[in-house]
Amino acid sequence: MPQSSVLPRLEAQLRSTSRPDGAAGVELSGPWILRALEPELANLAAQLGEFGRDFNRHWDLSGVTRIDHAGAMLLWRAWGGRRARNLTLRPEHEALFAGFGAPRPLAPPPGRDGLAPLRMLGAQVLTFAEHARHFVQLVGRLVIDTGRLLRHPRNLPWVEISASIYRTGAQALGITALVGFLVGVVLSYLSSQQLKTFGADIFIINLLGVSVIRELGPVLAAILVAGRSGSAMTAQLGVMCVTEELDAMTVMGIPHTVRLMLPKVLGLAISMPLLVAWTDSIALIGGMVAAKWELGLSYNLFLTRLPDAVPIANLWLGLGKSVVFGILIALIACHFGLRIEPNTESLGAGTTSSVVTAITMVIVVDAAFAVMFRNVGSF
Amino acid sequence: MEKRCLIEVNGLWTQFGEHIVHRDVNLAIDRGEVLSLVGGSGSGKTTLLRQMMGLEIPSQGEVKVFGVSLQHSAPDEIQRIRNRWGVLFQQGALFSALSVYDNVALPLRELRTVDEDLIRDLVLFKLGMVGIEAEHATKMPADLSGGMVKRVALARALALEPELLFLDEPTAGLDPDRSESFVRLIEDLQHELELTVVMVTHDLDTLIALSNRVAVLCDQRIVAVGTLREIVTNSHRFISNFFQGERGKRALMAVAEALVK
Repeated sequence: MPQSSVLPRLEAQLRSTSRPDGAAGVELSGPWILRALEPELANLAAQLGEFGRDFNRHWDLSGVTRIDHAGAMLLWRAWGGRRARNLTLRPEHEALFAGFGAPRPLAPPPGRDGLAPLRMLGAQVLTFAEHARHFVQLVGRLVIDTGRLLRHPRNLPWVEISASIYRTGAQALGITALVGFLVGVVLSYLSSQQLKTFGADIFIINLLGVSVIRELGPVLAAILVAGRSGSAMTAQLGVMCVTEELDAMTVMGIPHTVRLMLPKVLGLAISMPLLVAWTDSIALIGGMVAAKWELGLSYNLFLTRLPDAVPIANLWLGLGKSVVFGILIALIACHFGLRIEPNTESLGAGTTSSVVTAITMVIVVDAAFAVMFRNVGSF
Repeated sequence: MEKRCLIEVNGLWTQFGEHIVHRDVNLAIDRGEVLSLVGGSGSGKTTLLRQMMGLEIPSQGEVKVFGVSLQHSAPDEIQRIRNRWGVLFQQGALFSALSVYDNVALPLRELRTVDEDLIRDLVLFKLGMVGIEAEHATKMPADLSGGMVKRVALARALALEPELLFLDEPTAGLDPDRSESFVRLIEDLQHELELTVVMVTHDLDTLIALSNRVAVLCDQRIVAVGTLREIVTNSHRFISNFFQGERGKRALMAVAEALVK
């Protein structure tokens, strides 16, 4: 099929004429539709504006084959927002111009505000307070609803809890293993280079053991989980908010704290320590491999010396911390998820804030733990 | 002159896994007509509409719009025809991050040649045309009622002065008064701009008021195409249920009365 028959070249034409009675005129022909005008729009608008300045000019539109709102609006503007005095128009085009009135004002843009920075600061403080209030409210609701549920343990959402453990725990084994192993290797490699210069090779076991089990394992796993599961939880709740699924649950009398939040919080509280134990072991294996490579420390020696080098309290501290991290991540994810408004931007912003807040809070709480338990787990 | 036939669907098959939705569907839609697609739920009306917009690719067969095949043409050519149609989605599909004004202005701004003053006049005119006052122009889509979302979406669909308009359930969720003015608006536009309209609808009143022709999708194919009069007298099981049911009769009666007056 020849393309030209489908998409013919369209050209709107504009020609200045002089009428028999000596008055100036302008003749328009061709299609005056947006698609035809658009490539030459600025040019045409300037020409029309020029013609429009003379209000007595005669406008002859009888040669116009087609005209749409954009074309008509362009002419209307050239005429200064009213109908030209001398106008010849095809009858079928009459209706197009009938709908135009005087240009309508848009709401005026807000004026500049000298106190804007102060106002912004105030708004931020208030937002923070609002978040804190909502968070406390949420935790309170969760505790009350859970307390009521404990009297009927059969109603606990067991399936959802187990699904949550699987999603946040089992499915995260791969990524935590990879990151844990590599961190173990890097830490062990760099430390052994330093220790070698002092001839303190054997202390690599103490160094790795304490740092991985007490600090790095829990924090690394928590950061990965916050990024991986925290964002997923926020997005899930957010979309459910947008699609009114949460409202549907509420009117059915199913409190979403119990059905949606509790499984997430309990699931993460259970899967986090398990994940941390896994990350710790893989990181230690990584460190062990690097120590053997760099220092020639045998695996056997490493494993037999480890329990003596690292008091068991460190392990309990690490695992205990991770339970707190898990609960914190899930609560923060739910908090932000439930505050999402029905638009795409809010969903993106909410997910980002959820992850950033969760990671920040994990590190803050970790620091608090370090101060509180500074006398635990050392010799 | 351009071809009379604006949309051609030739031997179209759609299959999702084992499930066949369309079996050898053929349809031709002429310039300037209003064609309604009707059919039961799940009969593939919306799928067919989406295939006409190039959003979905049929398993077999071809869809040509403005004479351009949506399956076998260069991306450039398809891009060019995309500016010539407007689509009103069932849920409106307004960009939730943009205000009402910016939603309607977006397609015009994308042209990159229209100056902001003209865009402003055009957007406000289009919004006025669908009955949205200027004070709502700065609102966000989330703050609008369902009916307003639909009207803003129509204004956006009309922003580029399309020759072809796809409407997916245009009056679903509108109150009767708004449906009525919506129908009148489409009628006026259709006369003023020689618009071609393809619409999927369940609303018998809209269907009867607007359609020049009706295509009935049933049992995976188009069982009848024709004017309303031809369709109503068709004895096909689905059609007689659709139009001869209590609601159908009432709607047809109203039309008949209006004609007598």
